[in-house]
Amino acid sequence: MGNHISLLLVVIPLIAAPIVAVLPRGGRLPWLTTLIITFICAFLASSQLWMVLNDGVISYELGGWAPPWGIEYRIDAVNAFVALIVAAIAAITLPYALLSAEKEIPQHQIPLFYSAFLLCLTGLLGITQTGDLFNVFVFLEISSLSSYALISLGRNRQALTSAYQYLIMGTIGATFFLIGVGLIYSQTGTLNMQDLAKLLPQLSQLKTVHTGFAFIMIGIALKLAMYPLHLWLPNAYTYAPSVVTVFLAATATKVAIYIMLRVLFTIFPDDFLLATPTYDIFILSGMAAIIFASIYAIYQSNIKKLLAYSSVAQIGYIALGIGFASSKGVTAALIHLFNHALMKAALFMAVGAIIYRIGSCNMKNIDGLGKQMPWTFGAIVIAGLSLIGVPGTAGFISKWYLVTAALEQQAWISVVVILFGSLLAVIYIGKIIEALYFKPVTDSNQSAQEAPLLLLVPLWVLVCANIYFGLDTSLTVGVAEKAADVLGVVDIGIMNK
Amino acid sequence: MKRNPILRIVAKFLIPLIILFALYVQFHGDFGPGGGFQAGVIFSAALILYALVFGLDAAEKIIPPHILRLLASAGVVLYASVGVIPLFLGANYLDYSVLGSTQIKGQHLGILLVELGVGMTVTAVMLIIFFAFAGRGRP
Amino acid sequence: MDFFISHYNYWIVIFLMMVGLYTVINRGNLIKKIIGLNIFQVSVFFLYISMGAVKDGAAPIITEGVKLYSNPLPHVLILTAIVVGVATTALGLALVVRIKESYGTIEEDEIHEMDHSL
Repeated sequence: MGNHISLLLVVIPLIAAPIVAVLPRGGRLPWLTTLIITFICAFLASSQLWMVLNDGVISYELGGWAPPWGIEYRIDAVNAFVALIVAAIAAITLPYALLSAEKEIPQHQIPLFYSAFLLCLTGLLGITQTGDLFNVFVFLEISSLSSYALISLGRNRQALTSAYQYLIMGTIGATFFLIGVGLIYSQTGTLNMQDLAKLLPQLSQLKTVHTGFAFIMIGIALKLAMYPLHLWLPNAYTYAPSVVTVFLAATATKVAIYIMLRVLFTIFPDDFLLATPTYDIFILSGMAAIIFASIYAIYQSNIKKLLAYSSVAQIGYIALGIGFASSKGVTAALIHLFNHALMKAALFMAVGAIIYRIGSCNMKNIDGLGKQMPWTFGAIVIAGLSLIGVPGTAGFISKWYLVTAALEQQAWISVVVILFGSLLAVIYIGKIIEALYFKPVTDSNQSAQEAPLLLLVPLWVLVCANIYFGLDTSLTVGVAEKAADVLGVVDIGIMNK
Repeated sequence: MKRNPILRIVAKFLIPLIILFALYVQFHGDFGPGGGFQAGVIFSAALILYALVFGLDAAEKIIPPHILRLLASAGVVLYASVGVIPLFLGANYLDYSVLGSTQIKGQHLGILLVELGVGMTVTAVMLIIFFAFAGRGRP
Repeated sequence: MDFFISHYNYWIVIFLMMVGLYTVINRGNLIKKIIGLNIFQVSVFFLYISMGAVKDGAAPIITEGVKLYSNPLPHVLILTAIVVGVATTALGLALVVRIKESYGTIEEDEIHEMDHSL
């Protein structure tokens, strides 16, 4: 079965999703099934990464139709890395999901919730596996449609309006992507990424190709919430059930960034990109995201919204890394992609634990909770330090590589912005810690207890991962460097333009 | 609805024909235009017409919602698992050629089963969507 | 002028696309927004389908005596996109029904006054 791994990663959750939907509504059978499936996926994804690192690229022809006519799943270090992030986060989220979902989602919707979760996983893994541009659109819509449904399960009625807003924005984004793919197809007659990469260099002067490229870029930028196209993200993350926020914050935008990298570096030729202002836009958007989204975050009174704005800022760091147009920059972007998934998942899990106990995550209601819930508080502190980028945490590694990449380009403004962004992160994380620990315990919080073990264990697994990957960088940096190498990033550099 | 005999008789006359046409589109999909998507929608149109004329309760007696849910899931599982069978016969996913004694027979059988799955799911999902919207706000 | 007439399918596509996008952006009624979204998506379906047509080509079913066929691939792709569009519309309308039940209105500005969330 070894050569089928790339396919099984997509098909196993796909088959499981409808089965979970019809499982009996009471009891924990839907959860247990989903748990097993996600663990299988995590195992398959890690063995896939291992195979790719040892034996090179895996190519899988669906239906036995040879590419470029048939759909090809093509796995190299980049996909395997992103697929592992998605599958691992899903596997860590699931043990956490049991209690959190029982608390926040009506009993009769639980099987459907897990079914939608599996479909979302199918879509996200599918995007990472496929080597066909139209197939990306299909999986993008599978994951998006299921995430709209997941977000609308939130307890407040704002969950409905934010899911609606995300649906409108997400559909416009996906349709833009579709237009772009159509225009490129009309000029090349192929949808296979490798084939496109071969054909596009001769066609890069055509206006249609330029238009298609612009449509694809805007479409993906909407999906990955690149500043200023991030408007759907804060509300969607705030009002979704805690589990959904943990999963989507750590995976959905990351997968969109992966397609962005693919389109930029694998499909379109380098001189084409240099003829367009793509990299400048990435740098400007990245810097704007770091500054403005961080400032927005400081003014939020809802912790989930604060962290959501912080996510927009962190995506800004990744965009900045891509914008440097050097292998160092893309390496930094990939490292941050992984590390940000770790820290944001940990932070949202900790907030979910607070919601589990006191039913709210507003700054007003959490005074003094740190003393009542020491383990949750400790997790917030460590993951928060990682978000700021304190040495010894995973966040430091990504910031370090990002600053090195910026210095290599002599992009002094970017360096200042990155450091300023860390300063702003100190302020907003400090705000949470201040409310949790340094304010006197309110009467209503006196009775609050530590979160149950089933919530704490996944949370601390992620926190420990934050520390581990801050100390031992051989896995993240090694894979990210290899991935940047596979993408064929040429050191053009923004200065040489 | 008792006061609309014409509507009821015409509906009763049309529904079997619509279902027959749906089956034709379903099974002729291998040779000409057609297939599971179109057949599923036509099939569900027959049942939706029935629900419009005779009422939601009567329609839900014919196909109860939990059966619809099972049908929708079973269709997807059928589709995906027909694709998985070739894995055990040494071919790639969705490669139906190995299902039959010859390549053409295999592809034929595979497509037939897949379209059946698609038809089941589309019928069930269209009806679920209809019942969900039409049944909203019922006591 | 010949350029305009010979590319008439693109003009239809662009017109529909703009109508759809304008409706999504400008209308405050949540259902009208979804209608706009549908028009927008349909314009893309037209773009693909007209792209697949080959001049004087027959429908892509193998028939004796026919040499030139239209390209069936864009049609197949758009079949998938149509299904995605149906799913999006159904999900969007379901959300609108739920919004109406919990807010009592489907006008964007009225919802915004109540919650500041849209």
